[in-house]
Amino acid sequence: MTERETMEYDVIVVGAGPAGLSFAIRLKQLKPDVTVCVIEKASTIGAQILSGAVIEPQPLDALLPGWRDNPPPICVPATEDEFWLLNKTGGRKLPVPQTLNNHGNFIVSLGALCAWLAPQAESLGVDVFPGFAAADTIYDADGSVAGVRIGDMGVAKDGSHKPGYTQGIDIKAKVTVLAEGARGSLTKQLIKRFKLDQNSDPQGYSIGIKELWQVPSGRVTPGKIFHSFGWPADTRTYGGAFLYHLDKDRIALGYVSGLDYKDPNYQPWEAFQQWKNHPMIKPLLEGGSILSAGARAIVTGGYQSLPKVEMPGALLIGDTAGLLNVPKIKGTHQAIKSGMLAAEHLAASDLKPTGFDAKLRGSEVMAELKKVRNIKPGFKKGLWFGMLNAGWETVTGGKSPWTLQNKPDWNSLHKLGQYEEPKRDYVQRELPPRDRLAGVYFAATEHDEDQPVHLHVADTSVCVTKCAQEYGNPCTRFCPANVYEIVNDEAGKRLQINAANCVHCKTCDIKDPYQIINWVPPEGGSGPNYQNL
Amino acid sequence: MAKGIEMKILVGYKRVVDYNVRIQVKPDGTGVVTDGVKLSANPFDDIALEEALRLREKGVAEEVVVVGIGPADLTAHLRNGLAMGANRAIHVVTSDIVQPLTAARVLLKLIEKELPGLVIMGKQAIDDDANQTGQMLAALWDRPQATFASKIEIADGKVTVTREVDAGLEVLQADLPAVITTDLRLNEPRFIKLPDIMKAKSKPIDTIELASLSVDAHDQLKTTHYTAPGKRSKGVMVKDASELVSVLKQKGLL
Repeated sequence: MTERETMEYDVIVVGAGPAGLSFAIRLKQLKPDVTVCVIEKASTIGAQILSGAVIEPQPLDALLPGWRDNPPPICVPATEDEFWLLNKTGGRKLPVPQTLNNHGNFIVSLGALCAWLAPQAESLGVDVFPGFAAADTIYDADGSVAGVRIGDMGVAKDGSHKPGYTQGIDIKAKVTVLAEGARGSLTKQLIKRFKLDQNSDPQGYSIGIKELWQVPSGRVTPGKIFHSFGWPADTRTYGGAFLYHLDKDRIALGYVSGLDYKDPNYQPWEAFQQWKNHPMIKPLLEGGSILSAGARAIVTGGYQSLPKVEMPGALLIGDTAGLLNVPKIKGTHQAIKSGMLAAEHLAASDLKPTGFDAKLRGSEVMAELKKVRNIKPGFKKGLWFGMLNAGWETVTGGKSPWTLQNKPDWNSLHKLGQYEEPKRDYVQRELPPRDRLAGVYFAATEHDEDQPVHLHVADTSVCVTKCAQEYGNPCTRFCPANVYEIVNDEAGKRLQINAANCVHCKTCDIKDPYQIINWVPPEGGSGPNYQNL
Repeated sequence: MAKGIEMKILVGYKRVVDYNVRIQVKPDGTGVVTDGVKLSANPFDDIALEEALRLREKGVAEEVVVVGIGPADLTAHLRNGLAMGANRAIHVVTSDIVQPLTAARVLLKLIEKELPGLVIMGKQAIDDDANQTGQMLAALWDRPQATFASKIEIADGKVTVTREVDAGLEVLQADLPAVITTDLRLNEPRFIKLPDIMKAKSKPIDTIELASLSVDAHDQLKTTHYTAPGKRSKGVMVKDASELVSVLKQKGLL
């Protein structure tokens, strides 16, 4: 075995999302001589990022003054907001909550925005490497983070080396900046290793499922923003929908389900498809076609769940730290701000991570999260309490003397028979896609089938025994891409993992009730190829 | 020439819409959507480049040159070819979409200057599926061609090419210089390594305006319009064979 190749940078960033790219841009603006690289597991920048997305432009104004003269390819100014409480056949229009007033904001595709940011980082001298997945962190002798190890390419399913086998290199850096998005796989290891969450609540998540539609002309009002809650969710399940009118007869729409749901039979993907068939939504889409579709976990724990964001040799920024603002349903502005803050900290500290945690907690990024910290947890007591609580917290500006606690999502499932399944009141669906497999087609996900399964299940014997009995295999329902199946063939009843379908949303890693599923990055470049999500 | 000494290989290296992309026709029918769409090397051209690199590694050739014809931003694509291992690149700049005959004429101009011992490219590009450039080039250049290669061996100024044909394998031998087009099973292209991406940044790319080559670049074909394939209507579930027969009869298919 030859010695592993190594490259050295002052700073390595893991993940080319808004946080990682903004960080790299800001650091190069301040310190042009510092060497920075950004690695990204997607084969092209923006292909594995998914968001609504309505963004607040102020952080972009600060990062790239003049960006409005050269905007990203999809960038529609918000014109009107609507907020609805739906029932099965209709709904009630409600006053728009202050947090969802989008005046001055823009509807964008976050994927297209990142693809637009990357060349701007490159023009400042940042090396951006799409198609390379960070498989592991590497450490110095003193235990501090020393960089990352890129995953090997050309490994067969059984672990043997295929003819094109290429060993992943080590990238060593003075600072490693984790910008992996919600539930980052390296961040997960580092939180454990450095006990970064010992003084915070467990992190909370939701799953967002999104489609981009091309619809017949005349239906779209560019800039119109529609949010709804209520049907198809029952009052004990946290769920809401978004529908954004883009330009060129395109509509971005999606459904977010809190992963703290209790019903083991709940199916987030089905809830989304049901909502699309609501009489207010269906007429917009009928006769149109899906351009792209996907899913991604969203981080929702907020203020009380924020882990320590610094450790020896490394920092956490953006959603892998957990900075999304739930009532606003926005994380991009927080990601950009935290990235810029981290860059400013490192530029001033001679690349020492120490002190970044305090800086972030003292910043407006945290002030914003503190204000809304009690809103999402209030919904654990049901929709009506959650709304009253949200009203109170909004009116008081989050000045309540208490902080509601977060609990881990994997622990929220009730066992079969212990939970009275709500009357779902679902409709006969008519819009495509027919099922999850038909939906995955629009994610254009691609994994070489002959590679090790990247969803590690520590003990598959649980699946057909304990889990089947206790929860009825919820993995077969929470996965939006139909990766998990219980099959019964000559080999007996067993779990089958269709890893090639995976869209890298991380829901299984979060929601599995026994916490035995570990999502690790597959071969670099594998996974969904989203277009303008 | 081409006795394995100082042989140069020219590789046609086209950029196309990535094979994973779900192709969408523009609403006005003038083409397919390429804005915000992932572009990458034509997979057959990747195979051609891989073969050229292997020939160089075997000592049969000295230099591998990738050639791309396209707009200014084609540079990033050519850098990928350099990161895979090509020695240098030639970028023929044009913002027009180039049809096979024009591509062949452009390549011929470059051949006159570069004097390669072998020109190798994909049997077709996955965007227009024309499968013409290699053949046209061989005719214009008046040199042998071997298309759909699944195996290539070079010795003593001759190339032996195995092609997969309906009846089995066909083995051809030709004098060099020659044009070879590659089939899917010729090889499996290598993965690009990070350090090689860095090295590629300092490899030379020659830029030539297409207009300056004085080739006849006018289109031979006119595309009238593009449409997406018609949607399949919903299937009908039948209970048994007799119902199937009666349904087919109803539709006048039996």
